[in-house]
Amino acid sequence: MRPLSPHLQIYRPQITSVLSILHRITGFALSVGLLLLAGLIISAAFGQQSFDLVRGQMSTWYGYILLMGWSWAFYYHLCNGIRHLFWDIGKGFELSTVTTSGWAVLLASLTMTVVTWVYVVQRSSIVSELLSNANVQ
Amino acid sequence: MPMSSSPRDLGSAKSGSHHWLAQRVSALALIVLSLWLVANLLGLVFTPFGNYVYWLKNPINAVGLILFFAASFYHSALGLQTIIEDYIHRACIRWAVLLLVQGLTVLLAVGSIFSVIFVALK
Repeated sequence: MRPLSPHLQIYRPQITSVLSILHRITGFALSVGLLLLAGLIISAAFGQQSFDLVRGQMSTWYGYILLMGWSWAFYYHLCNGIRHLFWDIGKGFELSTVTTSGWAVLLASLTMTVVTWVYVVQRSSIVSELLSNANVQ
Repeated sequence: MPMSSSPRDLGSAKSGSHHWLAQRVSALALIVLSLWLVANLLGLVFTPFGNYVYWLKNPINAVGLILFFAASFYHSALGLQTIIEDYIHRACIRWAVLLLVQGLTVLLAVGSIFSVIFVALK
């Protein structure tokens, strides 16, 4: 077994440590998301009815909250993963660079999430769909 | 004995760096594949069933989706393995959870890839 950090709770949270654990948390969340994406694709093999059943769950208020969470988790893990790949080739290790690239990753992931959802809302009928769902209930 | 300039071939374990390298290689593939998929899904995910089937009948999309599932399930299994090995300290439980997670990964990977082919060719 490899050594683990002792007494994690006594350290003051820093941008470096917070982003590091976020990479693991988003990675885990994305694994769960991948499971559900696979579920959607597999449901399509069973025909339109089962596909619509799964897709219908995505078009609910909790579905959208989860999808927004996953979209941020995806962009974060992507951007921070690229940051990791630069470290792997030995670049960006200066403390100031690590801090700057960390904030850049956070900003980039949030921007990409907002841009994605502005695009989706403009393109699709999400708002009217949600409203009609609410009216049915 | 062959000379080596890289730590890849050194050490008694021989394959100790495989997990590390596999994670990076699948990560590189996923940068391209996941961005490609997101760009496609954005136009697709809130449209009717027929649009998805039509999209999959294009061989480029079917192959892209299969590659995405292969790379992402592989990358996910490697990451989950690290998490499990870090946090589950009792060896028998660790092995059981690892076996379960990796079994589930293989099942879902095969299931989703087969579904892609099934829908694309139907």
